[in-house]
Amino acid sequence: MSEPNPNSEQSAILAAHDVSKVYQMGDVEVHALRGVNVSLYEAELMVLLGPSGSGKSTLLNILGALDVPSSGRVVYRGQDISGADERELTEFRREHVGFVFQFYNLVPSLTARENVALVTEISKTPLNPSEALELVGLTDRMDHFPAQLSGGEQQRVAIARAVAKQPKILLCDEPTGALDFKTGIRVLEVIDEVNRSLGTTTAVITHHAPIASMADRIISLSDGKVASERTNDEKVSPAELTW
Amino acid sequence: MVNVLDRKLFRDLTRLKGQALTIALVVAVGVANYITLRSAWRALGDSRAAYYEQYRFADVFARLKRAPDSVAEQIHDVRGVATVYPRVVEEVLLPMDDMITPAHGQLISLPAHGRPPLNDVYVKSGRFPEPGRGNEVLVYEPFAEEHGLRPGSTIPAILNGKLHELIVVGLALSPEYVFAIEPGGITSDDERFAPMWMSESAIAAAFQMEGAFNDAVLRLEPGADERAVLVALDRILESYGGLGAYGRELQISDSILDGELAQIEAMVIVLPGVFLAVAAFLLNVVFSRMVTLQRGQIAVIKAVGYGNSTIALHYVKMVCVIVLIGSLMGVGLGAWLADAMLDLYATFFRLPMTRGRIDLPVAINAIIGSFLAALLGIGFAVRTAVTLPPAEAMRPPSPARYRASPIERVPGLRRVHQSTMMVFREIWRRPLRTVLSSAGIAFALAIIILGRFGKDAHGPILDLQFGRQQREDISVNFTNEVANRGLGYLAHLPGVDQVDGYRVTPVRFRSGARWRDSIVIGLPPDSHLRRLFNRQFRPARLPHSGLLITDVLADILDAKPGDIIEVELKEGDRGTRRVQISGTIDEAFGIQGYMQKSSLHELLREKPTINTALLRVDPAREAELQMRLTDIPTVQSIHRKRTLLERFEEQTGQTMQVITLILTLFATAIAVAVVYNNARVSLSVRSRDLATLRVLGFTRAEVSAILLGEQAVQVFLGIPFGLLLGTFGAQGLLELQADPEQFRMPMLIASRTYAFSVVVILAAAVLSALLVRRRLDSLDLIGVLKTRE
Ligand SMILES: Nc1ncnc2c1ncn2[C@@H]1O[C@H](COP(=O)(O)OP(=O)(O)OP(=O)(O)O)[C@@H](O)[C@H]1O
Ligand SMILES: [Mg+2]
Repeated sequence: MSEPNPNSEQSAILAAHDVSKVYQMGDVEVHALRGVNVSLYEAELMVLLGPSGSGKSTLLNILGALDVPSSGRVVYRGQDISGADERELTEFRREHVGFVFQFYNLVPSLTARENVALVTEISKTPLNPSEALELVGLTDRMDHFPAQLSGGEQQRVAIARAVAKQPKILLCDEPTGALDFKTGIRVLEVIDEVNRSLGTTTAVITHHAPIASMADRIISLSDGKVASERTNDEKVSPAELTW
Repeated sequence: MVNVLDRKLFRDLTRLKGQALTIALVVAVGVANYITLRSAWRALGDSRAAYYEQYRFADVFARLKRAPDSVAEQIHDVRGVATVYPRVVEEVLLPMDDMITPAHGQLISLPAHGRPPLNDVYVKSGRFPEPGRGNEVLVYEPFAEEHGLRPGSTIPAILNGKLHELIVVGLALSPEYVFAIEPGGITSDDERFAPMWMSESAIAAAFQMEGAFNDAVLRLEPGADERAVLVALDRILESYGGLGAYGRELQISDSILDGELAQIEAMVIVLPGVFLAVAAFLLNVVFSRMVTLQRGQIAVIKAVGYGNSTIALHYVKMVCVIVLIGSLMGVGLGAWLADAMLDLYATFFRLPMTRGRIDLPVAINAIIGSFLAALLGIGFAVRTAVTLPPAEAMRPPSPARYRASPIERVPGLRRVHQSTMMVFREIWRRPLRTVLSSAGIAFALAIIILGRFGKDAHGPILDLQFGRQQREDISVNFTNEVANRGLGYLAHLPGVDQVDGYRVTPVRFRSGARWRDSIVIGLPPDSHLRRLFNRQFRPARLPHSGLLITDVLADILDAKPGDIIEVELKEGDRGTRRVQISGTIDEAFGIQGYMQKSSLHELLREKPTINTALLRVDPAREAELQMRLTDIPTVQSIHRKRTLLERFEEQTGQTMQVITLILTLFATAIAVAVVYNNARVSLSVRSRDLATLRVLGFTRAEVSAILLGEQAVQVFLGIPFGLLLGTFGAQGLLELQADPEQFRMPMLIASRTYAFSVVVILAAAVLSALLVRRRLDSLDLIGVLKTRE
C-alpha cells in the first residue's frame, strides 16, 4: 500500500498512523476504521471517497480532533495529538482546524456576519468577518439570519466561518450533500478558492466520484481501510465538473 | 397489560426524572403549605370555638373599683344581656422561692356553689377548692409546670399586704387565658404570671370585698347590640369606679388568638398559590418542549389511527403522575408540618386542642387544586399536540425566527461578544418565559425575606424600647398613689442608684362619638429613666402643655394635633376634662398618652404623687433590694426589665428560627425548580448550537456560559423584583399583625436579610445550573453533525 508519493514525508502537516476505531454497541463491536494510514500535505486539496459506512466521517472526525482513535496515532506537525486531553483537543480545533458539515450547523440566533464573528472572536489571527464573507461571495447577505438564507448560502457562510480564523486545515464532510448540482458547484468553487488563495490544507469527503477531479490527491476508503490512494495529475476547476 | 402508549409514558418520565422531580417538589411544597396552614387554622379555630362554648367564655368584660352585689341585678336588666357574672379579681405578688423578683398572680373568685356561670375553669388535674377552706387555689397549669407545682404544693402569696401560704389543689386553664399576658405586659410569661382561682368567700375576706364585686363578665343574647350594652354598662358602673367595659376584640387573649388566625388566613391562599403557579408555569415550559420534540411521534401515533383524545389523555396522564407524586409528598409533609405547627402553637396558646390525624377534606382540596394548576399549565402544550395535523407533524417545526433584541440598539452594546448576543436573542425570542421565570425567582426571594424579616426589627426595637426608652432595671407599681416623698424612701433602699417617679392614671379618651380606654403617663420634667422615641428611632419631645398621644390612639379617636379631646378620669372625682392634643408619637407599644407630670396632677386635681417608680439598681445588691420591695405593703407588682427582655427574645427567637428555616427551604425548591427546568429545556433546545460551538473550538466553560447566561439573566432580573416584592409583602404582613394597639413592629428589613435571601437564591441557582452543566460535558459532538435540526 506504499504508492509513490510526490510529497516528502516531512511536509505531511497532519497524519493518521495505523488508526483504528472500534465502536462498542452492546455485545457487538463495530470496526469503523481498521489500521488506516493517511497523511495531509501542506496546501493540498485531498478528496476522500468511499461507500456509505466505510469510515470516512470517522476518519475526518479523528483527524479534526473531534474524536479519538481506539488505537494508532494522529500527528500534527510532528506532534502526537492522540494522547491529548479534552482541553488540548479543544485548543487544537480552535487554533488549527476549520470544519464544514453537510447540514451547515449555523447558529440560528446569529446573523451571517455574527456566525463568522463567533469564530474570529476566539482565534488569534482571524480575517475580518466581512472579508471572509466576501471570499465566499456573500457581501450582500451579511446581516441575514440563517432562516433567511438558502441552503447554498448557508453552506457558504459555514465555509466563511471555517476559514475566517485562517486555519491550517479545512475539513469538509459532504459539504454539497444537501445541495443541488448548481449550488453544490458554487460551494466547491468557494472551497477551491480558499485552498488556492489562502493555501489552506483541505480535505473534502464526498460520495460523488466526479468531484475527485478537482483534488490534488484522492484517497478511497472501503470497509474501514484505505482501498486506494492516488495523485490527480489532471486537476480541473469545479466549474468544469459534471455528474 | 400495559399498552404501548403507557410504556412510552413511563420511558418519557424516566428520561425527565430530574425535571419531574423538581416540579413535583414545588407541587409538594404548595400542597404542604396549604395543608399546614389550613389544618392549623381549623384546629386552632375549631378548638377555640368549642372551648369558648363549653367553658362559656364571656362577650363583654368590665373592671371597676367596687360595687355592691345588687348592681349585678341592674346590669342584668340591660337590654341584650343574657348572663351577668360578678367576680372579684385581685392582683397579688407571689414571692416564689426560686425567683428573685416576685411573680404576679391574678386571683379570680369562684362562686360558693357550682361552677362559674361564665369564664369557667378547665381543671386539668386535682379539684376545685372546697368552700370554707380559705387558702385553697387552682393554679394556671403552665405556671405550675414552670415551678414544679402539683396539687398539694404551696405557694407564698401577698394578699392585701399580708403573706399567706396558699395550697394548690388543682391545675387549670381558662378560655380567658388562652394566651396569658399580665396587665400591661408585652408577652406571655408562664414563669411570672399566674391566674389563680380561689373561693369567693376567701378572696372577699382577704380584700374586704364581702357583698361586693370589682369585675363583671357578661354574655349577650344572640343579636344583641354590643356597643349599646357597653355604653349602658359604663353608665351603671360610672359611680362604682368602672374602668371601661370592652368586648372580645379588646380582650387581650382573644384578640391575639384572632390576630394569629387572621394571619394564617391571609397566607393560606397566597402562599400555596405562589407555589402552584410556579409549578404550572414550569409544567408549561417542560411540556411545550416535549410536544415540540415529539412532533414526529405524535404524527405517527395519529397516522396509525389513535384519536386526539388518546393523545391528550397521554400527556394528561403524564402530568398526573408528576402531580400525584408531588401531592402525596405534600400531604405527608403537610401532615407533619401541621403537627409541628400545632405543637408550636400549644406552647403559646393554652387550650384543649382537638387535632385529627389528618384533615381529609383539606388534603383533598389541596390535591384538587394542584391538579387544576397542572392542567392549566400543560393545557396549551397539549392543545398544540392535539391540533397538529399528522402531515405537518411529520415535518420538522419551522425554524425558530430570531430578531435583533432591542438591547442591542444601546450604543456600545453592539460590540458585545457573539455569545452574549446569543443569550440576548434567546431571551428576546421568548420574553414572556423570561418574565415568568424571573417572577418565580422574585417570589422565591420574597418568601425568604418574609420568613426572616420579623427577626430584623426585634433587635433594634428591643434595644430602643428597653435600652434607650426604658432605662430602668426595675419598675415598681403601687396599689395606690403615694406622695412624692416616697421616692426618697426608695432612693435609700440598698442597691438603688437612681430612681424616678411617675404618675399613671387610667382614663377614657373621647373625641366626638369615638372613645377608647387607656392610660395617661405623667413624666417628670427631668425624666431620666423614661425617654420617648418614635419608631424611626428618633427621640421625641414631650410638649410643655397638653397631651402627647400615640398615633394609633389618634387614629382610633380620629383626632389630630391641635384638637381638643375629652379625658374622662377613672380616679379622684372621675370628672371629664378637656385637653388639647399637642402632638402624636409613633411608638412601638401601646395606645397611651403622655403629659407633664405636673399637668397630670392639675388634671386630677391632686397633690404631687407617684404610683410607678423606675429604679436603676446595683446588680450585686439586687436580691436584697427585691426582698425589701416585696415587703412594702403598697407594692402591687415588680418588673425586672432584663427577664422580660430575655423572655421576649427567647419566645420570638425560637419561633422565628423555625419559620425562617422552613420558608427558606420552600423558596429554595422554587429557585431550584425554575433554574433547573429552564436550563434543561434550554439545553434541549440548543444542544445542537452548543455542540456546534464545541466543534468550532469553544471550550466547555465558554459553552456553559452561553447556556447558563440565559438562566443568570432570569435570576438577576428576578432579584430586584424579589427584593421589592419581599419588602411590600413584609409591609402587608405587618399590617395584618396580631394587635396593632398592643404592639407595632416597625417596618425594618436589615440588609443582612436582603443579602441572605439573595445568597440563598444565587446558591440554589448555581447548584441547579451545575447539575445541568454536567450534562453539557457529555454533549454529543459528532451526533449533532449527522442530523438535520
Ligand atoms: N457513534 C457510533 N456508534 C456506533 N457505530 C458507529 C458510530 N459512528 C459510526 N459508526 C459506525 O462506523 C462505521 C463508519 O461510519 P462513518 O460515519 O464513518 O461512515 P461514512 O463513511 O461517513 O458513511 P456515510 O457516507 O454514510 O456518511 C459505520 O458502520 C457506522 O455504523
Ligand atoms: Mg459520513
